[in-house]
This record gives sequence, structure tokens and C-alpha cells, in this order.
Amino acid sequence: MNRHATFLILLALLAIAVACGIFLGGSGLPAADVIDALLHPGGHGTAQAVVWQLRIPRVLKALLVGSSLAGCGVVFQAVLRNPLAEPYTLGVSAGGALGATVAIIAGLSGIALVFLCFAGCLLSIGAVLAMSTFRDFSTSTIILSGVVLSFLLSSVIMFLFSVASSRDVHASVLWLMGSLSGTDAVALPALLAALLVLLSGLALFARDMNLISLGDEKAHLLGLAPGPLKILLLGLASVVTGLCVAVSGIIGFVGLIIPHAMRRVAGADHQVLLPASMLAGGVFLLACDTLAQVVYRPYEMPVGVITGIAGGIFFLAYLLKASPPEVF
Amino acid sequence: MTGLTATELKAGYQDHQVVHGVSFEVAPRTIFGLIGPNGSGKTTLFKCLCGLLKPWGGTIRLGPEDISRIPKRRLARTAAFIPQIHAVTFPYTVEEYVLMGRYPHRGRMSAFTREDKAIVEETMETLEIAHVRRQCIQRLSGGEMQRVFLACGLVQKPEILLMDEPTTHLDIGHQVRLLTMLSELSQAGGLTVLVTLHDLNLAGLYCSSLALLDHGLIHAHGSPGEVLTRDNIEHVYKVRTEVGRDPYLNRPHVYFMTGQD
Repeated sequence: MNRHATFLILLALLAIAVACGIFLGGSGLPAADVIDALLHPGGHGTAQAVVWQLRIPRVLKALLVGSSLAGCGVVFQAVLRNPLAEPYTLGVSAGGALGATVAIIAGLSGIALVFLCFAGCLLSIGAVLAMSTFRDFSTSTIILSGVVLSFLLSSVIMFLFSVASSRDVHASVLWLMGSLSGTDAVALPALLAALLVLLSGLALFARDMNLISLGDEKAHLLGLAPGPLKILLLGLASVVTGLCVAVSGIIGFVGLIIPHAMRRVAGADHQVLLPASMLAGGVFLLACDTLAQVVYRPYEMPVGVITGIAGGIFFLAYLLKASPPEVF
Repeated sequence: MTGLTATELKAGYQDHQVVHGVSFEVAPRTIFGLIGPNGSGKTTLFKCLCGLLKPWGGTIRLGPEDISRIPKRRLARTAAFIPQIHAVTFPYTVEEYVLMGRYPHRGRMSAFTREDKAIVEETMETLEIAHVRRQCIQRLSGGEMQRVFLACGLVQKPEILLMDEPTTHLDIGHQVRLLTMLSELSQAGGLTVLVTLHDLNLAGLYCSSLALLDHGLIHAHGSPGEVLTRDNIEHVYKVRTEVGRDPYLNRPHVYFMTGQD
């Protein structure tokens, strides 16, 4: 598809998704009240509170987390030259989950929980990447070690569940399922700002990602020293992923399917693929989150369940439809 | 014009030396062929020339400059290295891939100019890949793929081009067409070319000088007539050989004697 057309369509979808996110929500506020609240931001009514303190922050959070997860997927795939690489197949989620579970069982919350979760993410991905650099793993071995590490850490989480109180287990499970609802964390605006800065940092290197994705030798021959840049990109993407998991829990599949879909639509050139994936990731997660709130009101489904189901179906359909050489 | 000189080059991996002191000179505007059996050190030598492998000793000069002192990006504007044909992980289009050869000329964020686009266009026309420009590179045939790789190198606008086994995986028609293109580029375009080749007769036909590598040393070098002799080939490749003259082009032609006669 034409690049301009791709971005126009994505922007149109963004507008629709944002409108849905603001007008639809768990509380079933009438549309007229929402419009009124939007036009009079200074008021003190219930509608104003719902729109300005709940829905708009949540929409922003969904967009930013979705963009980040998809953007990191693109970066991991390019740098590791493996279309299966994404934050979750690299073992990040499991590290974050363990950190959060430990925090919840230890009775911590707020910034301490965020911090432990973030540390868990970085430690696990650091371990996978360090192993791969140390032994010069092939890219498929990196994915495999990420998967193995995930299983290992999941077993540790299961052990913790078996000895924890049922209330803690319930809280941990809810957290693990991923949610964009908690806008109360102290450091949330700061975390979101950090994500924004890091994401624009990644976007500076789109052209280098093209070269790196051709392999170290070819990158080198086209005048780029790949080593330091790969470490920088992996580091940035890991930090962004860690922040995402810390503020929203485990939301799977976004980093895997969005880059794949965008590569089909917009092509493999990272100068287009990266911004298109970020845009599409934000739209996708926002749509999933809105769906999660309205699908059986007044209860809310965990958004990770929606992305998992939607992503899984999409991906299986894609695998069945695409001809073998295109898949991996 | 830029030539390439290697002096007493030594190289290897870990504790295993592969190249044991090799010296040669590639004259500007000529095609220089590096030949030798598997494991003789061709690829290792090639990697050294590209800067992918740090030599253990010796120097490589590009014109008057020591190649190890030339910054990477500037080197990529002077010399293009085309590795052996290999799979590309992501589905870039032909045009996107070829354009990457212009990256060394442009900054990280600066837009491509009309000049860049004209160079890419012209190169794709010359190499007859303009009609597949929107095709995904993973779906090309071997012959097209090799020309796309070459195009990416040529849009770097190098003075010297190095290709590692460009004719591997190509049928004889594509081999001849590719080497003919290279010889036109060197004669009309003033490009200096170094290729590693397996086919001795094609090497004799297209190269103005050859170096025959054996166990990491140069066994013979000079014009095709000087290098492609019965003694040299029998000694290095361990096959019974007769060398005649090609009656049409007056080039040396190697005949391999099978064991049956």
C-alpha cells in the first residue's frame, strides 16, 4: 500500500479509536454528558471527573503503552534479526511478573511495586541478552532461551502462589492479566513522559535499523559500526518494555502482531515501519481496552485477555494464509 | 584512480592462521581475480580487505591510504564490498534495498536528494532490475538477487568494487552476463574490481590479472597466461590438467582430465 495512504488510514483509525475511548467506558455515561464535559473542562460534575480524570488519561496511557510495545517489537526484531522476537518471547514479561508478584506478596504497592517489576524486566532481558552475546547465540537460540527463562520464572511464581495467602494470589493474578485502569500511581505521568522521550529516541535510528537488520557484516560494509548501536537500541527497547510492564502489567501479543501486520501493509523499511507500527500499536491497544470495558458492563475484562485472543486469532490466520517463505 | 595494495598480509581465527603473508597489487581500472581451492584462504583474505576481520599483520592500502585508518563511512563511499549471496531476513523491496547503498552518503536524518534517486534509478536500469523494483527481495531468483546486491554496491559510487564469489549459485548465462557487466564497468566506468572466483576459465576470460592462492600463500600471480598453467593448477588443485588456448578469444583454457582416459 502507498505510504501516505497507510498513514492517512492509521490516523483516521486513531481518531475513531480515541472518540470511542472517550465516549464509551465502564460507566455508560450518555454521549451528551460526555460532549458537555469536553466543552466545559473546568466543571466539577461527575461527567467532568469521569472524562477528564479517568477516560482521557486512560486513552493516553493505552496509546502510549500500545505504541511502546509495538515499537519495541520492531526494534527487537530488527536488531536480533528474528521476526519472532518481541518483549514477551524474550522473557521480559516473566521477569516483570515475578517482580510484581514478589512485591504484592511482600505487601508493597505503588512506586515500590512499579520499581520491583521494572527491575525484574530488566534483569530477565539482561540475562537473555547477556547469554546471547557471551556465547554468540544464533537468533533462534535467543528466542529459545527467552522462552525457557519464561518457564523457569513462571515456576517460581507458581511456587510463590502456593505459599501466599489467597488474597495476595488474587491481586497478583489480576495484575498479571494486564490492565490500563490504574491511573492513580504517583509516578504515572513521569513514566509516561519517559516513554515518550525514549520512543522518540528510538525513532531517530530507523535508518540504522535497516542496515542492522541486514546483518552485522552488511551494516559494517555500508559504513555503520553495528556493535555499540545494537547495545544502545536493545537497552532503550528493554527500558521502554520494562516501563510498560510496570505501569500496565502483562499485555501480550501487541509487540508481535503489530509489526508483522504493518510489514505486510507498509513494507519492511524501518523509516515507515517503525512509525506505522507505533501508530497501529496505540490504536490496537486503545480499541482492545475500550472493548474490555464495554463487553460485559459493569464488569471489566482484563485487556491482556482481549489482546491475547484477538492477537492469537489474527496470527494463526496469518500463518495459515501466508505462503511459507513470507512467514519467517 | 584508486588501486589496492596488500603487503605481507597475515590473518586467521583465534589460534588458527589461515593467510600466511600475502602481497598483491590491484591496478586501477582492471579486474583482478583471486582464485584458489576451498580452504585456501580466499574468503578470509576477502574479509580482511573489507575490514570485517582484523589482519594479524601486514597492511592494506587503498590508493595511498592505509585502509584501517579510513573511517567506515568514508570507506563505504570509496569502496563497495559485496558479500556472497545470502538470505535477507525482512521483506525489503528491491528499490528499498538498493537505496541503502546511498546511506553512507547521507546523514541519519537527512532526506535523499534527486541525485540519490537518479543514481538508484540509473543503476537499476543498467542492471536490468528496474522492472522488479517493487518486488520483495526474498522472492527474487538467484540471478536477480545477485544483481540487486551489486546494484546496492554500485550506488555507493565506489572507485573500487570487491565481490566474493559473485558467480556462485548462478547458471552459466547469468555468470557470463554478470562478468560482462563488471568488465564494462571497469573499462567504461573506470571502476577497479576485485573478485574471488571458482571457475578458472571464466577467471581467465574476464580478469586482467590473477592471483592463485594455496594454503594461505600466493602460489602464482600475473596475467591469466602466466597463472593458468598446467603445473600451477595440478600442484594447487591436485587434478590432471591440460591448458590450451581458446581459439576464438586467444585466452588460456583449462581442460580437466578425468581418470578414465
